[in-house]
Amino acid sequence: MAETPYEVLGVAKTAGADEIRKAYRKLAKQLHPDLNPGKPEAEARFKSVSAAYDLLSDPEKRARYDRGEIDESGAERPRYSYRPHAEGAQGRKYAPQGEMNVEDLEDLFAMFGQRASGQRGRPGGAGQGGFRVPGQDSLYSLTVGFVEAAAGGRQRLSLAPDQWLDVTIPAGIADGQVLRLKGKGQPGFGGGEPGDALIEVHVAPHPLFRRDGDDIRVELPVSLAEAVLGARVTVPTVTGPVTMTIPKGSDSGAQLRLRGKGMQKKGHEGDQYVTLKVVIGEAGDAELAQFLEGWAAKHPGDPRRGMGAP
Amino acid sequence: MTGLDDLLGRFAGLERAELVRWVENRWVLPDDEGGRWVFREVDIARVELILHVRHEFAVGDDAMELMLGLLDQVYSLRRQMGRLAAALEAQPAEVQAAIKRALAAHG
Repeated sequence: MAETPYEVLGVAKTAGADEIRKAYRKLAKQLHPDLNPGKPEAEARFKSVSAAYDLLSDPEKRARYDRGEIDESGAERPRYSYRPHAEGAQGRKYAPQGEMNVEDLEDLFAMFGQRASGQRGRPGGAGQGGFRVPGQDSLYSLTVGFVEAAAGGRQRLSLAPDQWLDVTIPAGIADGQVLRLKGKGQPGFGGGEPGDALIEVHVAPHPLFRRDGDDIRVELPVSLAEAVLGARVTVPTVTGPVTMTIPKGSDSGAQLRLRGKGMQKKGHEGDQYVTLKVVIGEAGDAELAQFLEGWAAKHPGDPRRGMGAP
Repeated sequence: MTGLDDLLGRFAGLERAELVRWVENRWVLPDDEGGRWVFREVDIARVELILHVRHEFAVGDDAMELMLGLLDQVYSLRRQMGRLAAALEAQPAEVQAAIKRALAAHG
């Protein structure tokens, strides 16, 4: 350990300012480099005496040195922060006698029990400690069809051979939405409330229907004759097939709306949009081709007029 | 290993008799190794804390006794809280979520 500045000056730790100044002057005279030419150890000693006096002659520095905040050279010392030690394993020995031992969970439970009965003005419930814990929530996943998600319905979720949950699927439920069934989770402990069942609902995609917000979009193949002459056709919807009129001379890609046939949310049902898709298919036979050759010659219209030069 | 003399060297403003009294008062609890006091990091930090408080606030022995008693209770509670928090962190996510909800509801 380095010499303390008190030792360097040869004074007691309790020495007063006068005593320190006297000791310094005496040593400084003895060791001054001008009086000791060619004696490097005297010069080194002189430096440390000056440094020691510099520190001890300043009451502020001296106090900080005495408290261990700075070292002999006046440099800051790393401070010991008490908190990390106190909260660590070493700090245990300073814990008050009779500290609650959490290893013994009864103590902790008793504490909870006091709170529960004190705050709610109810007896502590089951168990000696009056410890009451709500049950955990149970998490389930359920996949429903598109039509069921749009129109609503009921599903039975089986948990065990003799245990199930009846789940009401609200109309218009979105993929990933979570339903909460209050009190259908794990039972509580000591009279605590049961947890809830949380059911994450997944909606399976549909080959015809596509969801667009609260609306449903569907593509409807129609024949050339139906598009040209108009027709009454049957269209699937989430509430069952309906009859729809295709107006005379409908273009492929034309959109027709079936009001209220989208998501069946009570009071604000969405609509179903039907996009016509003219299908030539087998109708494109030789007879039709022959007819159109003659017909086209008499009707030289250009549907791309107005698109401008490519 | 920090003995009594090492500690007195570390804190120039600390008198031997004073430190001995602190130990006798059980303010500082060094380990006893073959009749020799050994100060651990926590003890050194505590000595520094006592020195600092005594100087900064001119705290006398009675008040120091009271302050250390309260301080030890606070740190004891904080340590227990830390252990409880660690136990909660070891629980499955849904248990943690339920506890967080309960804490929010009974805040």
